[in-house]
Amino acid sequence: MAKGNILFTYLLRLADDHLILSQRLGEWAGHAPTLEEDLALTNIALDLIGQARSLYSYAGAVEGQGRDEDQLAFTRPERDYVNALIVEQPNGDFAHTIVRQFFIAAFMVPFWREMEKSGDDQLAAIAAKASKEVAYHLRHASEWVVRLGDGTDESHARMVEALEDLVMYTGELFEKDPVTDAAIEAGFAVDVSALEDEWRQTVEQVLGEAMLALPEVGYMQTGGRDGIHSEHLGHILSELQYMQRTYPGLTW
Amino acid sequence: MTETATPLWEVFIRARNGLSHKHAGSIHAADAELALQAARDVYTRRGEGQSVWVVRSSDIVASDPVDKDMMFEPTASKIYRHPTFYEIPDDVGNM
Amino acid sequence: MYSQGLIGADGKTDEDEAFLAAFQERIDAEQKIEPNDPMPEGYRKTLIRQISQHAHSEIIGMQPEGNWISRAPTLRRKAALMAKVQDEGGHGLYLYSAAETLGISREEMYQQLLTGAAKYSSIFNYPALTWADIGAIGWLVDGAAIMNQIALCRCSYGPYARAMIRICKEESFHQRQGYEILITLCNGSDEQKELAQDALNRFWWPSLMMFGPSEGQSVHSQQSMLWKIKRFSNDDLRDKFINATVPQAEFLGLKVPDPELKWNEEKQGYDHGDIDWDEFWRVVKGDGPCNRERMRTRRRVESEGAWVREAALAHAQKRAERQAVAPVAAE
Repeated sequence: MAKGNILFTYLLRLADDHLILSQRLGEWAGHAPTLEEDLALTNIALDLIGQARSLYSYAGAVEGQGRDEDQLAFTRPERDYVNALIVEQPNGDFAHTIVRQFFIAAFMVPFWREMEKSGDDQLAAIAAKASKEVAYHLRHASEWVVRLGDGTDESHARMVEALEDLVMYTGELFEKDPVTDAAIEAGFAVDVSALEDEWRQTVEQVLGEAMLALPEVGYMQTGGRDGIHSEHLGHILSELQYMQRTYPGLTW
Repeated sequence: MTETATPLWEVFIRARNGLSHKHAGSIHAADAELALQAARDVYTRRGEGQSVWVVRSSDIVASDPVDKDMMFEPTASKIYRHPTFYEIPDDVGNM
Repeated sequence: MYSQGLIGADGKTDEDEAFLAAFQERIDAEQKIEPNDPMPEGYRKTLIRQISQHAHSEIIGMQPEGNWISRAPTLRRKAALMAKVQDEGGHGLYLYSAAETLGISREEMYQQLLTGAAKYSSIFNYPALTWADIGAIGWLVDGAAIMNQIALCRCSYGPYARAMIRICKEESFHQRQGYEILITLCNGSDEQKELAQDALNRFWWPSLMMFGPSEGQSVHSQQSMLWKIKRFSNDDLRDKFINATVPQAEFLGLKVPDPELKWNEEKQGYDHGDIDWDEFWRVVKGDGPCNRERMRTRRRVESEGAWVREAALAHAQKRAERQAVAPVAAE
């Protein structure tokens, strides 16, 4: 694969992660357990959509075929989305949403920190901005993990269930494949496999404080990077793409 | 059934270094850390803040408006505390 | 987003003449009233009712627009819409806080909303059916709201006036983003223009109703004006809104759905057709297209979030107990 193609695919994966997660969090608007939390979740969703826009725009420029952020975000078929499976998992109850955010933020913090050293200036610049944002996302999620894990019997039980439901999607975050290998080789990517220990440490420390434990996993689900998704993605896309599919080629 | 009320907190924000913290409004939160996060998420969405304080509303001790005359009237007659009370000839220049 | 001409205000008050006169003197001197100041019971009740109604409108108002976040046509529009719906949550929050200074809790106000004892603006009982409706809501509904809210920045009650100032500042982008959506549609394909016209057709009259019915000689309304809770009549604000909005519709090339609308040179304003107040009262009383849906959603959100709020309180309690058992010296 040529370097341009590698960078394009690499950017697309990251952009899809951010867009789909933002789409999920956007579903909370007006539905959060408190008004304060409604604003907090939307702040996170807005950070993510901002990151997605930078990544798609850059991806479009790298691709060089005139596709802009919206064409990339809205008009690809399902199998062309290459986000990790965890971001498309349903919001579920607040425990599921918090655990999903927690797992992802605990990964994104070291990821963006390492990306700040990228040999690609634009990626490094995106990383510098994102680093500050995800640091807060991790803090927000961690505080809730502790309160819900060590709150009431009900909240504890819901957290246990959420951890069990979502832990099997965490392995994919640390996967390497020919695209990431080539990207690392080219000097602009983060070696995610090297982040796993730090992730585990962060997660276990917070879960410990929350009287929770990281469940053992038999098998880590995978496939998102190859466009093999859970059934949830199709439904997300049917809403996400509704306008662009119903009225193709118009300006909004 | 009305559920247990989540405590109320007052939010103070320093807009820029060099300015003092100013009351911005209030939020509800179960504890101090959540209150701080909520204050950040609610009251600094447009770059309004460099620093945030939260104080439990119930911890604020306030003067009673009924005591207003006793508390604040006596100072009105102490005009010698203000620079304009003193007469300095214009020739002296700015002082 | 917005406050309606107050529905069901009752400014009845039992204080003696001297007290009321002294209070009125402060109001007339444009002194702001602050939370612990002595105030007539009727003033306090009217404010609680109006501010909480306003807060509920913001919260319920998140639903029709929130409904379009997942389907917004571009990333830019999606971000703007999310930020706008978020602002509405924030504005509800500021307003609940302002009402709380009058001695009512947010939980009590929620309870009044959920049982139907408290009202919210009838506009939010209309559905947002197409993307153009998001434009129309921003342009018309927020536009109508701003008319009201700018006036309320000078309300005699300090906390309410301060909340309104903050809200007006933040909302200045809401109407613009709505109008920008419609400009884009009106510069687009025929189909897009039809979407815009259709949205205007459906939202025009309900937007005019947002100001509330003519007060006529209503005693309550006069009392509100006297206390400077309200500073302009519903009709005056509505006229101001129409005069500002009709040229904007013309700029878009859209037709306001009122055959009787015409410029009146003498009063330097528009005359308009009759507003269907039967529809207004029907919707306020619960028989609008979305009333049941809005309330059902709100009730579900409240009950689904209860375990989270309980857990946070339980954790705070545990933490306080642990600290009491094992005190740690502060640094």
